[in-house]
This record gives sequence, C-alpha cells and structure tokens, in this order.
Amino acid sequence: MKERLVQLEVLRYNPDTDTEARFQRYEVTCAEEWVVLDALNKVKADIDPTLNYRWSCHMAVCGSCGMMINGEPKLSCHTFLRDYEGVIRVEPLVHFPVERDLVTAPDDFMEKLKRVKPYIIPKEKKPISEGEYKQTPAQLMKFRQYSMCINCMLCYAACPEYGLTPHFIGPAALTLAHRYNQDSRDGGRKERQEVVATHEGVWECTFVGACSESARRTSTPRAPCSR
Amino acid sequence: MSRNPLIREVPPTSWYFRHPLYLRYMSREITSIFIGAYCVLLVVGLQRLAAGPAAWEGFVTALQSPASIVFQFLCLVAAFYHAATWFNATQKAMPLQIGEDFVPGNVISGAHYAAWAVLSVVVLFFTGVF
Amino acid sequence: METISTDVAIIGAGGAGLRAAIALAETDPKLRIALISKVYPMRSHTCSAEGGAAGVIKPDDSFDLHFDDTAGGGDWLSDQDCVEYFIHEAPKELLQLEHWGCPWNREADGSVAVRPFGGMKKKRTWFAADKSGFHILHTLFQTSLQFPSITRYDEFFGLDLLIDEGRCQGVTAMEMRSGELRQFHAKAVIIAGGGGGRMFPFSTNGAIKTGDGMAMAYRAGAPLKDMEFVQYHPTGLPNTGSLLTEACRGEGGILVNKNGRRYLQDYGMGPETPVGKPQLKTMELGPRDRVSQAYWHELQKGNTVSTQWGECVLLDMRHLGEKYIDERLPLVRELCASYLQVDIVKDPVPIRPVVHYMMGGISTNTKAATPIPGLFAAGECACVSLNGANRLGSNSLVELLVFGRRAALSAIEHIQGLPAANTKALNARAVETQKRIDGLYARTNGTESMSGVRKEMMDTMEKNAGIYRTEEGLQEGVKIIHDLRQRYDKVILTDKSKVFNTDLFQMLELGSMLDCAEAVTVGALARKESRGAHQRLDYAERDDNKFLRHTMAYFKGLEPPRIDYLDVVITKSPPGVRDYSGDHK
Repeated sequence: MKERLVQLEVLRYNPDTDTEARFQRYEVTCAEEWVVLDALNKVKADIDPTLNYRWSCHMAVCGSCGMMINGEPKLSCHTFLRDYEGVIRVEPLVHFPVERDLVTAPDDFMEKLKRVKPYIIPKEKKPISEGEYKQTPAQLMKFRQYSMCINCMLCYAACPEYGLTPHFIGPAALTLAHRYNQDSRDGGRKERQEVVATHEGVWECTFVGACSESARRTSTPRAPCSR
Repeated sequence: MSRNPLIREVPPTSWYFRHPLYLRYMSREITSIFIGAYCVLLVVGLQRLAAGPAAWEGFVTALQSPASIVFQFLCLVAAFYHAATWFNATQKAMPLQIGEDFVPGNVISGAHYAAWAVLSVVVLFFTGVF
Repeated sequence: METISTDVAIIGAGGAGLRAAIALAETDPKLRIALISKVYPMRSHTCSAEGGAAGVIKPDDSFDLHFDDTAGGGDWLSDQDCVEYFIHEAPKELLQLEHWGCPWNREADGSVAVRPFGGMKKKRTWFAADKSGFHILHTLFQTSLQFPSITRYDEFFGLDLLIDEGRCQGVTAMEMRSGELRQFHAKAVIIAGGGGGRMFPFSTNGAIKTGDGMAMAYRAGAPLKDMEFVQYHPTGLPNTGSLLTEACRGEGGILVNKNGRRYLQDYGMGPETPVGKPQLKTMELGPRDRVSQAYWHELQKGNTVSTQWGECVLLDMRHLGEKYIDERLPLVRELCASYLQVDIVKDPVPIRPVVHYMMGGISTNTKAATPIPGLFAAGECACVSLNGANRLGSNSLVELLVFGRRAALSAIEHIQGLPAANTKALNARAVETQKRIDGLYARTNGTESMSGVRKEMMDTMEKNAGIYRTEEGLQEGVKIIHDLRQRYDKVILTDKSKVFNTDLFQMLELGSMLDCAEAVTVGALARKESRGAHQRLDYAERDDNKFLRHTMAYFKGLEPPRIDYLDVVITKSPPGVRDYSGDHK
C-alpha cells in the first residue's frame, strides 16, 4: 500500500486553558487511500491523545464528522487524502460555537429541526390493523430525495445566510419540512407553513446554492435545498 | 461549569471573499442594480412618450449618446449574466417529476434557454429586425 | 452533583431507545422520560444498517415459515417463545413505521415491497433502498420530536446504574460538554446501548459501538448471555470494513474465488443456482455464519485472491446492470467507488468477512426484562434469545422495534405502585461513580498507553476468538484479556481537561470493551461444541446434550466471570439439521 507523509494543521481550542483558538501542526504517515479522518485517528492514537473530534460510522451516513477542510465543509470520513497536496487545514464547522478543538455545539440546529414539525401529520388517521397507506413508487420518488439528509450540518456551515442571520431556519430544516409536505400520507403542510413561510423560513433563503454543493459531497448527492 | 464555547464571528462586510461560490453569488446580486437602472430608464421613456413628440424625440436622441450606449451595453451584459445564472439554478429550484423519474437538470435549464431564444426572435421580429 | 428525577431513563437513543421512548410517551403522556445517549440520536449506529427489516406481510408467506427460518438460522439456540412473540409483532411494528413515514420501497400498486435475504425461505425483508437502517432511525427520531414528555440528554455518557434494595433506580451520566456528572433517579431504566463490535479490529461497527450498555448492566450484576456468539458479515470492504449489505446477494450478486468458482456450493449450500436468479435459502442466500465460514475454508485452500488489503474473495454484481444497481444498491455502489475505487457495474469487488453483530448481550426474557427488577434492555445490547447462535440478516432492525416497545410496556408495568426511592442511598452510589471518575483524573502512576492496550485487545480477539476457534487459542485469549483488564488500571489519562474529553471517553469505552471481551472469550472456551457463529476446530459438531443451553456470564470484578448455563426454551421446533441446499434434493 502506498504511503505518504501528511501534514495537518488543526485548529485547537481548550476552554480550560485557552482564550483563543490556535493552529497546531501534525505530521503523520498515512496510506495514500486514507481519508482525513484516518489521519486524525492516527494522530490521536500515536501523537496527541488530547485532540478532540467526533466520528463514528466511517461511511458518510452518521453525520458526526463534519469539519472545515481547507475551508470547505466536509465529512472527514469521506474526504480523501488523494485529493489533496501540501498542508491540509482542518477546522471545526463554521457558524457553530466551538466547544473544544473540532467539536461544535449543534444546539441551534437541533432546535430548528424540531420547529418544522418533521413528522407525519396524517391526512386521515387509520389503525395499524388496516395495513399500510398505499403509496405508489412515483409518490415515493416525489419526496425520497428530500428524506436522504443525514443532518451532518455541512449545509449550515456552507450557507452564508445562516452565518449572517442566525435566525434563518436553514437548508436541512427547510428540506425536511419539504420532505413531509411532499409525502402523500401527510396533511400537515399548513401547520409547517407557520414556520417555513416566514421571514425566518424560506424567504430568508437567497439562493446562494452553497448548501447543495456541500451536500453533494456526502453520500447523499441529491439531498437538500430545493424549495 | 468549565464550558466556554468559542464564537467565531462572520465578518459582516467581507464574508463573500471567503469562497468563490459566494463571490459568484454577489456578482449575480450586483447585476440587479443594472437591471433596476434599465427599468428606470424605460419608465422615463414612457413618461417622455406621454409628454409629446418633441419630448420623445429628445429622449431617443439622448439614448444615442456614446455614454448612453455604453450604459445600455452594460445593462445587456448584466441581463445576460443574470438570466444565465437563473436558468442554471432552475435545475434545483424547479424540479419536475414525470412518473417515477425526475426530468434531468440540463433539460430543465435547456428548456429555459430555448424559450428565451424563441421569445427573443419574436421580439426582434416585431421590432422589424427581420 | 445535580439530580434529575424522571420516571423512566433510557440509555441509548438509537432504534431501540427511540422506539421505547415513543412507546412510553404514547402509552402514558404523563410519564417523564429521560432519553440519554453519548451521541445525538441520528448518529446512532442503527443508521448504518442497510438491507432491511423482516416481517411477514405477503400472502405467500406465513408466521410458521418466519419462525422456522429464525429458529433454524439460530442453530436452535433461540428461545422459541421469544421467536413466536417476535414474528407476530414484526409486521405490526413495520406497519407502524410506515404510518410514521418511513420511505419503504413500494410495489407498483402502492403496497410495500419486499426483497430476499439470507437464510429466509420467503421474500419478507422490507427495505428503503440500501439505507433501511438510516431511514428507520431518522423516522423514529423525527417522530419522537412531537412528544413533549421525552426529554433528551444528548451527549451524556452513561456511567453506572444506581441499584438499591435490589432494584435498578437510576443511572449516573457525564455531560460530555462540561465534564460534570449527573444522577438520574428513575423508577425504571431501559438500556438500549448497542453492541460492542469495536473490540475487534476489523468491524462494520461505528466507533461508538463499545458495549458500554452491556458492561454497565454486567458490572451491576446482570448476567451477559451467549456472548461467545459474534457474527461475521460475509461481505465487508477489505480496507475500511464498511458493510456491503446482504441485499447485494439478495438482489443477485454472486461470490466467486480466484478461479471464478462459486465456492459456496462446496460447503453445503449448493448445488449452484443460475447467475442473476437468486434462489431463497441456498448458495449466496445462505446464512451469514455459513457463508463467512466458507471464506475461511477457501483461505486455507489457497483459493482467495491476494489484494493490497489482504486475502479476499470476489462479490460480482456486474450482471445486475447499472439501472438496477442504482435503483436498489446506490449506497453500495458509492461506497465501493469512493473507498475502494471499484465500480461494481464494471468490476467485481474484493470483500472479506467482517465482525458485524453480537448475538449475545444482557440477558433478558421475552418481556425485555433483565433479572434485576427495574432494569430492562433491548436491541443489540440485549440477548432476549431471538437470534440464538446466528442472527438472520434483517431480523435485528425489527428486534429493535419489537423489544424496544416491549421494554417500554414492561417498564410501565414495573413502575405501578413502587415504593418511594431512598434518595440518600442513591446519592451515595452516585458519589462512588464520581470517585471513580476523579480517580481516573488523579491517576499518576500510569504506565500503559491506551492505544497500546486497545490494539492488543483487538488483535487478541481477532486471532484467538475469530471465525474458527480452538482450545489452545481461546486459552491464550482468555489469559491475555484477563491480563489486559489488570493493566487497564494502569492506563494513563493524558488529557486532564473537563470539556469534551474524548481521551476520557475512549478510556471508559476501553473498559467496557475489555469487560465484554472477557465474557466472549471465557464463554467461548467453555462452550466445547460448534454451533452457528461459534465454531471450534477441536469440537466440530453441535452437542445438544451438553450445550443446548445459554451461557450466562456473571461479573466478578477483576477475576474472570462466573459461567453458568440456562436451558433454551424449545416449544415446537426440536433441534434438527440446518439445510441450505435449496430445493435440489
């Protein structure tokens, strides 16, 4: 397996000891086929156990490991070293408070997801004993692409509107609202409009398009941000 | 409590330099100034037309001044740019589903370009170019 | 230390934890529910499940067939009263998910579609492309948001159960962003913390799968059942270990060795079936234990393909065609393209077996209750004895739902008319946890590196407790894991900070994994037979006289666990021969 020496420049911040963030340089030998997360894991295991970040699935589906990599919001488990030359700069996702190192606080995002009522508000309720709601493949395709969002928050880091006007409900939450509005089993569009069709909702979106650019890089290429 | 999260502020006046995508977005937004200005020009033209033949003649003459032609050319370029970026965005803004499949994005954009071309020909026809 | 009073505390917010929380909230809206997890719910490992969830729904299927597949697939180590309950609840739970919006694939008439899966006699696996677990998890999470009685404690690391007067009455947990401890006083506790596949070096499991819930119950006195049964999934990416779903084979993919031979026919899963026309319960649709074991034999024979990632066999899906692959297996295509740079439309993909699932776990009965009153468990962390010695693919996503809900109902039964808690006694227990954590911070005589101990544990588990096991290897494994547990007390905590200290969390996780790993190796050494996923080269046959019993491991501090046995519940299917030769007789 081909190896190479990778230089990482990682943003460090420890609230116990630091008043501001700083960059720390690591040099680590990596396999050419690795992703940035593999390099970070090697740093943590062999060089610096005090480096902190989140990760889990290593297959771009759990959404834990979003980071800024050379200024772009990316999942570090799906960002390949082969696509980079020179020093790789790793920072926490922008537009979120930094708890420590690469760990951000997603509280605002979690609150916004909840506000769009992302669950079926049935048109007509029926008991389980009556079986499934019929839904044709065409009806399924109408919303499926909007149900693929992994909540990795890359689109919030990509969205300048969210950075400037934090009350903007943001791409993932809008997409989720749209996903349920488009579902043939759902009758809750009106209730969701109370949040979606307001100044903090869809009208705050100025169509920069950066959200879908960021989402393209997860394993869910057709995900968010159509309105 | 040892929590003390770091807030990294977004620079309110220079944020669009952070990413080429943001710059493209801002350049698109700026084109609307020219389009707005040209709309004002059209309104003035209407007002001149209502004021009688002499006023209209004066307006048409003014339009033919070199500065005015440069201005109109800039407006045209801006309108082209604005239209093209919008047409490209329609792939995402106006998804179209037929049966189980979605119409490919380039077909949606392409249809917009085609409609634009047809309308332009019609307008040019009525203005007597053909 | 702040005390949080609640009615039911749930540890783990993946599929089972969320299902339990919703069942509690729906059944009694007045209940206060604390949903505690070391990750945000949608990060839970349920999201990585791909293939689907099994439930009888189509007219050509029957409960009896699902029963037989599950009991036989588990090599008759499943408790049959549990299987019976499970198969009847399964379709109801899947329909419930449908009503909550899960985007199941559909037939042209709008009914749910099913796909074939390994070891299943009928098509009964409901699926949402190849992201079924992801959709189940997100549907549950989003549905849970409508219940105000569910209070989430995201990124709270569960530490110790609070046991008083023989009853489980709460849990301590660390708020990860502050490093502060909290004690949750609860009338009942449900553990839904997932498995511990990360004790192996090569695993489909995410980093969070470290057996914390299992270890927490184990340390508190609940036995771990059948821990020696560890499932290898036959088709993992050889470099990252990422899962390529069984649906690859269910949809028609074939396994070939370096000579192009579909070698499964040489291991009791033949004769060969036509390429692209998968036949249920034979060849590539054999059960996972048998298919993984066949790889091992091919390796011994020198029939595997040497790659830069080690010895592999090939999974060939080219004949499915691009359109079908993109419709049914888009994630698989993407994973192979990005991590391996192989396009499955054009080339076969090298794969090898990878640790995937633990059949064993916290011993529970069909009501999802552990032997400790007030303590319930569901999901992979539990062993309700549905899966026996080998789980069938697509039974576990349903298990989460069926027993997540069942745990909730049992918890509600339990809390009726309970005497008031002795908060003083609970406080005292919580202080012990605080002392344990303070001790880790204060440790100055550390000599062991965390990554060193972790690596040794992983390597030992792979070498000594892998697909095939021997007396000698297991004895060595037991000894090394035992030593590692002693050495764990000398591991250095490098990072002494409070806020989001992943060095500390990894240390706690390593402790959990070591406790569980010891139960695996000791249980495996004691089980002198071969059954399902537990294969011994020196005891190659199943021995129903001696081992038609569950292994029960009881925690004994730094000593190895005490092993006891519990009879398997057999109701209508006596142990027989597992036949995967299809209809060719």
